[in-house]
Formats: sequence, C-alpha cells, structure tokens
Amino acid sequence: MNKDLHNYIIQLGDNSLILGHRISEWCGHGPVLEQDIALTNIALDHVGQARMYYQLAATMEPGKTEDDYAYLRTVTEYKNLLLLEQENKDFGYTIARSFYYDQFHLLILRVLKSCGNKDLSEIAAQAYKEVSYHCRFSSDWVKRLGDGTEESHRRIQRALDEFFPYTAEFFAPSEADNYMAGKYGVDLSKLSSQWSVIVENIVREATLTMPTTPYPQLGGKQGRHSEKLGFILTELQYMQRTYPNSTW
Amino acid sequence: MDNLKEKAFQDKIDQDTRIEPKDWMPENYRKALIRQISQHAHSEIVGMLPEGNWVTRAPNLRRKVALLAKVQDEAGHGLYLYAAAETLGVSRDDLIDQLHTGKAKYSSIFNYPTISWADMGTIGWLVDGAAIMNQVPLCRCSYGPYARAMVRVCKEESFHQRQGYEILLTLSRGTEAQKQMLQDSVNRWWWPSLMMFGPSDSDSPHSAQSMAWKIKRFSNDELRQRFVDACVDQARILGVTLPDPDLKWNEERGHYDFGEIDWDEFWQVVKGHGPCNKDRIETRVKAYEDGAWVREAATAYAEKQAKRKEKVA
Ligand SMILES: [Fe+2]
Ligand SMILES: [Fe+2]
Repeated sequence: MNKDLHNYIIQLGDNSLILGHRISEWCGHGPVLEQDIALTNIALDHVGQARMYYQLAATMEPGKTEDDYAYLRTVTEYKNLLLLEQENKDFGYTIARSFYYDQFHLLILRVLKSCGNKDLSEIAAQAYKEVSYHCRFSSDWVKRLGDGTEESHRRIQRALDEFFPYTAEFFAPSEADNYMAGKYGVDLSKLSSQWSVIVENIVREATLTMPTTPYPQLGGKQGRHSEKLGFILTELQYMQRTYPNSTW
Repeated sequence: MDNLKEKAFQDKIDQDTRIEPKDWMPENYRKALIRQISQHAHSEIVGMLPEGNWVTRAPNLRRKVALLAKVQDEAGHGLYLYAAAETLGVSRDDLIDQLHTGKAKYSSIFNYPTISWADMGTIGWLVDGAAIMNQVPLCRCSYGPYARAMVRVCKEESFHQRQGYEILLTLSRGTEAQKQMLQDSVNRWWWPSLMMFGPSDSDSPHSAQSMAWKIKRFSNDELRQRFVDACVDQARILGVTLPDPDLKWNEERGHYDFGEIDWDEFWQVVKGHGPCNKDRIETRVKAYEDGAWVREAATAYAEKQAKRKEKVA
C-alpha cells in the first residue's frame, strides 16, 4: 500500500467528516428554517464526501470498511485540520469556520479534479460542485453579517479573528501533502496566495477587517489535536464502541 | 347574504371542488384549517428534535446520512405547511409565536424521549406510519394548498417508514443486545403511537364539523383500527411482541381487537406534562432567540442592498 497516498485520502476524509459532524449539530437548531435546511444540506455533502474518501482508502487496505476509519480510530489517528473541530459557538463562528475552509477546499479540489490520480479526480469533480455551493453560502453570509447590523458585524469579525490562526495549517504541508505535491502537483504553497486574495476580497466587501497573526495553530494533520476532538469522537463512535462487531 | 355564500360553499365541498385561497370561506373553516395546518407544521419542526438527537451518534455512516436526510425532509414538510397556512392570512412568525407561548399544539408523540438507536427505527415504522394513515386522506382535503402540500409530504413519509422498518429489520437479525434494544423500543413507542390518532370519536370535539367540511375523511377510531391491523403482521416479521395482552384477531369484525389506551397519560402529555414537553419548547425558543441577531442582520443587509440598487437605478 502507498502509505502517503493513503494518508492523504484519509486526511481529506477526516476533514469532511469532522466538519460535517460539527455542522450537523445545527440540525433542528438553525436561526431560520431555511438556514436549518441549508446547513443540513451542507453537512450531508460533507459526510457524503467523507464516505467517498474512506471507501477509496478502504480499497487500498484489504479488510477495511469506511466505518472502520470513522468509528474505530483514536484522536491521535485522526488527521483533520484543527479548525474543523472547533465548536459551533454561534452562527457567526460557524460561518467563519466554513468560510475560511470552503475557499481553501475549493482550491484544493480544483487541482485534484485534474490531477493524475483517476480515483481522486473523480471524487474531486463531484465534490467540486457541492463545495462551489458551500463557498457561495458561507461567503454570502459573511457579507450579510459583516454589512448587516452593528451586532452582526461585531460577532462575525470576532469569529474571523479567533479562527484565523488555524488557517495557517491549510498551507503547512504534512508528509502526505509533500508526496502529493511531488507526484501529482497538488502544491499547497501555490494555493496560499490565491486563498488570501479571494478571502481578503470578500472580507473587504463585507466591510470587515482581514485578521493577521504571527502565531499559527498547527498539528491536526499530525494527530496533535485540540481537546475538542475527543468529545466529538466520544459521540460519533458511541454505538460502535458500546456494541462492537454488530451490523446496523 | 352570508347564508347564500355558505350554501354555495358547502355545495362546492359536497361536489368535491377544491377551495382555493381567494375563494370565499366561512370564518370557522378558515380557523379550523389554520389550527390544523399550523399544528401539523409545528409537529414537523418539533419532530426534528427527537431524531436530530441521534444524528451525531448514528452507528455507521450510511445510517448517519439517511437520518440527516430524513430530519431535513421533516424541516421541508414544515416549510410547505407553514406556506400553506400563510395562504389563509396568517404569518409564519405569528404561528411560531403561538408554538413558543404554548398556545398552539403539536403532535404529542414528540414529547417522548429517544433513548436508544432503535428508536430511530421505531419512529420511522410506527410514528411515520401513523402519520401516513392520518395524512393520506388529507391529500383529498377540501382546501387546495393543504391537499397539494400533503401529496408531497406523504411520498416522503412512506420513504421514512420503509427506512425505519429496515433499521428494525437489521436489529431483528442482529445480536441479543440489538434484539433487546428493538423490543424495548417497541414497548415504549407502541401506545404513544396509537395515541397519535387523537381522542376516541366520542371525545373528539372538532371531528364532526371537520368531516362535513371534508378536512377530515375518516374518524380517529377508524384510522387507529387500520393502523393496528397493518402493524400486527409487520411486528410478527420483526419478531417483536406488541405490548398489549388484549391484542387479538376478531373474526367477526374482521379486525384486531386491542386494549384501552391510557387516556390519563394521553391528556397529561397533551396538556404539557409529558416527559419532554418543556425540553422541546425550550429548545425551539432557544434556537429562535439565538437566531434573532442573524435574522436582523439578514433583513438589514437586504434593505441596504435594495437602497444601493435604487441609487444605481
Ligand atoms: Fe414529516
Ligand atoms: Fe417523516
């Protein structure tokens, strides 16, 4: 098995699953019925994408299933970005988290879509359509909240500020990322400036200020997570841990 | 004058002509519909909570996706139904306010807790199943927008029911612990599901008028009987016992006889004192209040955008 490629696919799957999990926590609690439905839709997309990546990973590792990756790994084995495990807090934080990630996610998928790995490019092509919508949703809300009321402006600015340090991890390559850059041209260093331009433009249009920080938060890709992931997994894995080896 | 209008209205109903929003209708018909449709909409929305509860804990990814999609369908049902109610001249905000202040009711079934994964199956099988029994006749309801909303809703509800039953089938073929989980869940949900059809015909205050207006087509007891008849075989296939010692086939009637519902429990929950009434409303109110700043922002932004357009034009 190609360990780097496998790790990379798991990284993608974990990002999708953990963000999908967080967004799914909104289900039934959204600020308006229409947004409740939209958030659930987005959560569904993410979990659906996680399944495609895990299924692909499972083809490389005989005897594994998609559920083994989701339900039977520990915190330190998960490789998702730290940003994505951060709590929903309020609608503003939820939007800020998605906004930063969606724009990055779209850039990655654009490269993967036409990369030389056929399996990955097929998944990326489908995910690309979904994530284009995610980008529209989150950036529209950044604008609405930024240029809405004084309160919403303050709240979304605070959320953008607080989550910004986690965005450095997008572009800090893991071993798997380096492998993908060398083999398939998925070069994170090239995406960094593109991401900054896109994000800054939207932030400015939303009458907000682009945060800066000299103190990045890193480690998710290497399994060094925040305390929050353990609680996510406790909930996510409850059934499989309590009733091992059962069919559901 | 109104008598003439009223007669023309009843003639239409008797000829099965649909009543549409712009048509004249008696005030009480309008009120009865608003009450029923809004209750129905609220039930969809509150009904998202007991199942939404298990989204983060679903036992595998396939089930997680299916459950999320189901709860999302229920939100969609709420949306169509609020829209149908709005055609009668009430606003969604007012209706939601009635829910939050306890003036409006929703289906009591959602005041019971979901404490095991099996409950996701049982709710699909019994609760969506009972909802289908109640709602299929509503597809022919005299009020057009409600009838049309119900056609869409019923299609999805039968999908939910099959999905729920399939969850239970899987449990029935599983380990001892899974079988126990299944039986326990059916024990808890059977009677509350029978209560979903409402009070006995003799105690149902709105029924006679609703039948004359063809808002309702069958009585509570008729629908309940159909439901019981349908469930017995399905329970047998699952290998579960329905928790009613009086349940047995009555050759003469051609139906199953069943025991008496605990009406004290029924009224207790209806009046707001079931296991989860307070939690459910508190959760809805909290979501609404927490979302106030978001709704305000969206309104303010839309107004600014409209003004900017004006300036450009
Ligand atoms: Fe529904
Ligand atoms: Fe349903």
